[in-house]
Amino acid sequence: MAHTMTKREGEAAPPSRGAIVALDFGKAWDYAAAPESPDHVSIDPKYGLFIGGRWVTPRSGRFFPTINPSTEEVLAEVADANAQDVDDAVRAAREAYDKYWSRMRGADRAKYIFRIARAIQEKARELAIVESMDGGKPIKESRDIDLPLAAAHFFYHAGWADKLDYAFHGRRIRSLGVAGQIIPWNFPLLMAAWKIAPALACGNTVVLKPAETTPLTALLLAKIIEEAELPPGVVNIVTGGGETGAALAIHPDVNKVAFTGSTSVGKRIQRAIAGTHKRLSLELGGKAANIVFADAPIDQAVDGIVNGIYFNQGHVCCAGSRLLVEESVHDVIVKKLRDRMATLRMGSPLDKNTDVGAINSKAQLARIRELVAAGEEEGCERYSAPCPVPEKGYWFPPTFFTGASMSSRIAREEIFGPVLTILTFRTPDEAVEKANNTSYGLSAGVWTDKGAKIFYMATKLKAGVIWGNTFNKFDPTSPFGGYKESGFGREGGRQGLAAYLGVE
Amino acid sequence: MENKEASRKAPRGFERDETSESALGTSGASGASGVEVEHTSSGDILLMKPYDSANVDARVRVNKAYKMFIGGAFVRSESGRYFQVEGAPSEEDLGADPATVNVPRGSRKDVRDAVLAARSALVSWERRTAYNRGQILYRLAEVMESRRPELTQSLVRGGETPAEAASQVNVSIDRVVFYAGFADKFFALLASSNPVAGPHFNFSVPEPMGTIGVIAPDRPALLGLVSTILPIITGGNTCVALAGERDPRTSIVWSECLATSDIPGGVVNILTGHANELAVHFAKHREVAGIDAWMVDPNLRRAVESEGADSVKRVTTRVPMDAEAWSNERKAQGLGWIERFLETKTIWHPVGV
Repeated sequence: MAHTMTKREGEAAPPSRGAIVALDFGKAWDYAAAPESPDHVSIDPKYGLFIGGRWVTPRSGRFFPTINPSTEEVLAEVADANAQDVDDAVRAAREAYDKYWSRMRGADRAKYIFRIARAIQEKARELAIVESMDGGKPIKESRDIDLPLAAAHFFYHAGWADKLDYAFHGRRIRSLGVAGQIIPWNFPLLMAAWKIAPALACGNTVVLKPAETTPLTALLLAKIIEEAELPPGVVNIVTGGGETGAALAIHPDVNKVAFTGSTSVGKRIQRAIAGTHKRLSLELGGKAANIVFADAPIDQAVDGIVNGIYFNQGHVCCAGSRLLVEESVHDVIVKKLRDRMATLRMGSPLDKNTDVGAINSKAQLARIRELVAAGEEEGCERYSAPCPVPEKGYWFPPTFFTGASMSSRIAREEIFGPVLTILTFRTPDEAVEKANNTSYGLSAGVWTDKGAKIFYMATKLKAGVIWGNTFNKFDPTSPFGGYKESGFGREGGRQGLAAYLGVE
Repeated sequence: MENKEASRKAPRGFERDETSESALGTSGASGASGVEVEHTSSGDILLMKPYDSANVDARVRVNKAYKMFIGGAFVRSESGRYFQVEGAPSEEDLGADPATVNVPRGSRKDVRDAVLAARSALVSWERRTAYNRGQILYRLAEVMESRRPELTQSLVRGGETPAEAASQVNVSIDRVVFYAGFADKFFALLASSNPVAGPHFNFSVPEPMGTIGVIAPDRPALLGLVSTILPIITGGNTCVALAGERDPRTSIVWSECLATSDIPGGVVNILTGHANELAVHFAKHREVAGIDAWMVDPNLRRAVESEGADSVKRVTTRVPMDAEAWSNERKAQGLGWIERFLETKTIWHPVGV
């Protein structure tokens, strides 16, 4: 291992206070490091903006560093686009829309998008490594989930480009124009794929702003798009922070704004573009209930709980961050959960053994610590997995709280980290009541062996995605998106096309 | 056709309610003995000749008090406020209205009461079978058909020509029938089974969003309401609608159709009042999931969209179409009108033994 593991995150507060002691594997769980080599990966020292098919120096003249959150090393300098740069990008996108993309046959648009899908597959390992270096997620997740899904999204939507008339029988459709897209740092390349692929398939051109802390794979995607010889300006990538995103969202020549990120920023965008006739889709925060009934296959459920909340360090908008367990199985589930967590390996994102990678940024780590401290102050009981914590980088061990109430901050606010809040219920209706008692409505999970109960719950839960006896599954054919303050519009599937088309 | 405003603080002599109106006792039903009116400089209408002594045998008409429709009941505004609209436009009008009628001027509290009623009605309405909802909506068409003369007459008083009014009522009834027959079909057109790349059964279904607010267009008074409300409730949502200000009385006459159909109380709630006062209260209410607002004023449209952002509301605001477009089946009805206020829920389950 590259890092010395000395400090423990939970040292200040003893990690294990409950009556049941977690499994201790001792040396039996030691393993040899198996790092994925980054030596075939090339990251430029400095990246400009990809506008109109060319790499340009930002008019702002400013660059900012993007770092590896597991080592705090600078990976590259990235352009900080200002409003003028955004304007250049929107102009390029408008010109590309008028000159090429809106006039091209769907079948030809499709072939360009297929090219992108293929190139992502060809460069998958390189992209996965950069994703893990820039964002901190374990290589086995970027390699086995993010990359295959990103390629699949382009492949799936490519096929729609010449079949849109079938998607909305008997109704007239039209493309919207220029789409301004702002994406988060938790699945950087995958979110770029979710945004760009349907926009292009539906005949729109794109200006995409990747997240400030994870711009690299979007820039590598820009290279792929360049190599795929898309007409200049069809896809433009502008890097920067919140101001860059704001300039893009409110730009008068942007016809469609698509945003994935926090609910508070989503609300600001919705307010900012009120009265402008821009189309908007929002994929915002969540506080998903993962509901486990006593008749569930408990061991499978425990694995589902772990996947639900510790996948991608909990940086998942649809994470199963509220575990609702039927009272009679609370203790056994807590015990099994601790045992399972004792096997989780936290460490270098590039190590193929790693289950839990680095927290994406210093700011996010501070947010997680703040909410965990609030949980402790409110008298909830904390358990953190006994993972050694590397000295450099941003880390937080898998953690859960018991003894929380519905009104606890950790039961209401999105933590966006590897922190689970465990609550109990006695009847299915109580579970529904508690699950729906949130302003969010992105996802939910139900674990039971009884089919009728799954459908009863699935019908009553106010959430856009319901996972029955599974969790955190994604697919380009499967519409994804929220109810209530988790946003509106869908991504994926036939339904997702509606976000990028005018349907009359 | 101007609406005469009178606040609670108006001088006593200018205040009107149904008691003072009936005490003045407008005379008989025949046009020949119609009431003369005089428009004062303040804009108020004073009844000059309350009683026609030449026609003492004429029956004294019973005037109707027009009320809003909330939770299945007819209520005045909790604020006690009202505004006036012209009643019978001509001496030939044989209906039951005096020259002016008082219509409740709904308040923010009325909006809240109506939303509460709509939210309470939501659970049972969204859980009804699609077939049952279709039957209930068809029953509304039956009731409207039997009240066709009353609806037509109300529209005429609201300023439509008799021919326009009759046509609007016809189209409105047909539109209700259109949605009645759609209740058990849109689901199959919008749902999907999704071929995910893995051992999972995955499907997406449309679900109602919840309680939807409607700011109805001023014209056409009946068809505008029917065209906006019917697709919302067909999808399983409940609704709070603010009727257009130009002819709010027709919305109340239509509410009487709703009340005598099988639509459960609270599924449709109709308020009367001023959009520039109430629209933002629809937008600010956190229990309102979506808004369909038809308003001319761009500032008001922007305000509604902006205030709706605080609860990530699904807001569409639009400039009202012309009357002809509302009658057009391609422009003013269809699957898209239902889909606009539906959510998509996607359900995954593993396949295996």
